[in-house]
Amino acid sequence: MRAFTYERAKDPIAAARAVAERPGAKFIAGGTNLLDLMKIEVETPTHLVDVQDLGFDRIEPTPEGGLRIGALVTNTDLAADARIRRDYAVLSRAILAGASGQLRTKAPTAGNLLQRTRCPYFYDTNMPCNKRQPGSGCAAIGGYSRPLGVIGVSKACIATFPGDMAVAPRGLRAVVETRDAAGPRRATPTAGSHRLWADTPQQDPGLCPGELVPAVTLPRPLGGSHFYEKVRDRASFAFALVSVAAVIQPDGTGRAAFGGVAPRPWRVEAADLLLPQGAATVTARAFQGATPTRDNAFKLPLATRALAAVMAQAASRTKA
Amino acid sequence: MSDLPKLEISRRGVLAGTAVTAVLTGNPALGAHPTPTQGEAAPPMPVRFTVNGQDQRLSLDPRTTLLDALREHLHLTGTKKGCDHGQCGACTVLANGRRINACLSLAVMHEGDEITTIEGLGTPEKLHPIQAAFVKYDGYQCGYCTPGQICSAVAVLDEIARGVPSHVQADLMAAPRPTNLELRERMSGNICRCGAYSNIAEALAEVVGPAAAGAKA
Repeated sequence: MRAFTYERAKDPIAAARAVAERPGAKFIAGGTNLLDLMKIEVETPTHLVDVQDLGFDRIEPTPEGGLRIGALVTNTDLAADARIRRDYAVLSRAILAGASGQLRTKAPTAGNLLQRTRCPYFYDTNMPCNKRQPGSGCAAIGGYSRPLGVIGVSKACIATFPGDMAVAPRGLRAVVETRDAAGPRRATPTAGSHRLWADTPQQDPGLCPGELVPAVTLPRPLGGSHFYEKVRDRASFAFALVSVAAVIQPDGTGRAAFGGVAPRPWRVEAADLLLPQGAATVTARAFQGATPTRDNAFKLPLATRALAAVMAQAASRTKA
Repeated sequence: MSDLPKLEISRRGVLAGTAVTAVLTGNPALGAHPTPTQGEAAPPMPVRFTVNGQDQRLSLDPRTTLLDALREHLHLTGTKKGCDHGQCGACTVLANGRRINACLSLAVMHEGDEITTIEGLGTPEKLHPIQAAFVKYDGYQCGYCTPGQICSAVAVLDEIARGVPSHVQADLMAAPRPTNLELRERMSGNICRCGAYSNIAEALAEVVGPAAAGAKA
C-alpha cells in the first residue's frame, strides 16, 4: 500500500474542502472497497479524509412520504430497518443478497453505490485495463468475459457494476444527493449517478473532487410485491451473474431492473410497460442491442428466466 | 495460557520461519506479513482504543490495518490473516459489538472503539459457550479459520436476537430464527478450506438450543 496521510473530518464543509484542495485526496467511510484496492495499488490516494463523524447516519421520513437515507447508514442497519423491510422490501432483499455479514456491517449506503467493478482485469495490475490505466486497452475483450457485461458496454470496457443494493433503488427511482464545501450541489436519479462510460471508463464514480454524497432519498412506497432474485455461482457471498429487482403490482404491471449485466443497474422503462405480456417480451426489449461475448451470452436467457421466476412468484402471491 | 508448558518451538515461530524461507525463495504468496513499505511513510499517528477491555495507545503508520495492529503491534495473534482482502473472514473481530473484517479497516479509524478478539471471548480454563461447542463438535480441522468463525458466530447470534434479517428469510417482517439454513447463510463470510462447515453448523445448533436446532428450515 502506498503511503498516505489521514484526518478525521468534523463537519461536511471541512471534509469537502480537505479533499477538494488536495490532489490525490479521497474520502473514506467503510473502507471495504477502497482499502481492498489500495492494497493492490489500483487506488493510490495520498491523503484520506475519514467521514464517519459527519452525522449522515439516520433514516428520516420526508414530507413527500418517502425516506431519506443517510450516506453512512450501513447495509446491515438499512436492511434491518422496519420501514425499509415493510415498504421497500426489494431494497432489504437486494442488500441481504450481497457480500457477507462482516462486510455489510461496515459498508455504508453511499460507498455501496460508489463501489468499483470487480472485473478480474481491473484487479490484475499486470494486465491492460482502460478503467485502471486509460489508453492501455481492455484485456477483458477477447479474454475471460464470463462474469462481464452484455449491454451498455463499450469498445473500451466491458466491466459491470458489481453491487446488489443499487439495483433496487434503480427501480424505486431513488435520488442521490451530493454536496461540496459550498453547499448542496446536485440531486440525481440513481440512473444518472452510474454513468455508461463509453470511451472514458476511468471516470466511473462521476463525482467532482470534494463532492460528497450525504443521502439517498426514496420516494413514496410503491406497494406491490417486492423481489430480488440473484443468480450466482455459489449459494451465498458471491457476485451476481444476473440479478433482477422487481416490484410487481396485483394487476401484473410493475418495474424491473437487472444487475450483473451492464456498467450500471440496467432498467429500460419501455420494457417495464411490457410486464403484463410476460418475461420474454420484457427482456427482449430491455436487452435490445445487447453485445454479449460467446462466454457470457448465457446471461440473456438467464435474465429472462430469473424474471419469469419472479413473475411466477408474484402471480402465486396474488392468487393467495 | 499461563499454566501451559513453554515450548521451545512455538507454532508462531515455525510459521514466521516458513515465511522467511518464502522470502528467500521469492514466493509471492506472503499473506501472513504486512505489505512492505513503498516510498516514504507518513508520520506515525496516535490512536487509542480498547482491546478486550484493556486500554491501548499506539502510534501507527496510517496504513496499518486493525488486523496488523492487533497481531504485529499488540501481539494478539489469535486473529488470523487469511486473504487480507475481506474474502475469507479469518480476521473477523468485534468492533463495538459488531463483526467486521479487521483486514479491511484502518487502525487509526477506530479511535475510541471497543475491540473484542478471540482472546477476549474465553480462556482455556473458561471457554466461551461457542468455543466449547466447537471443541465438542470438531468445528475445525487445521484451526486457522476458527478464531474468525467463532467471533463471527458470536455476532451472528446477536444479530438474530436483534432481528437483523437474512437473505434466506421467507418473511422479512418475522423475527429471524436460528435454523440450520439461517446459520449457514449468516456464516457465509467465513471460509473453511478444510470443509468443517457441517460440524460448525452442529456446534452452533447446540449453542442456540435444541428447539431451534430441530427446525431445519
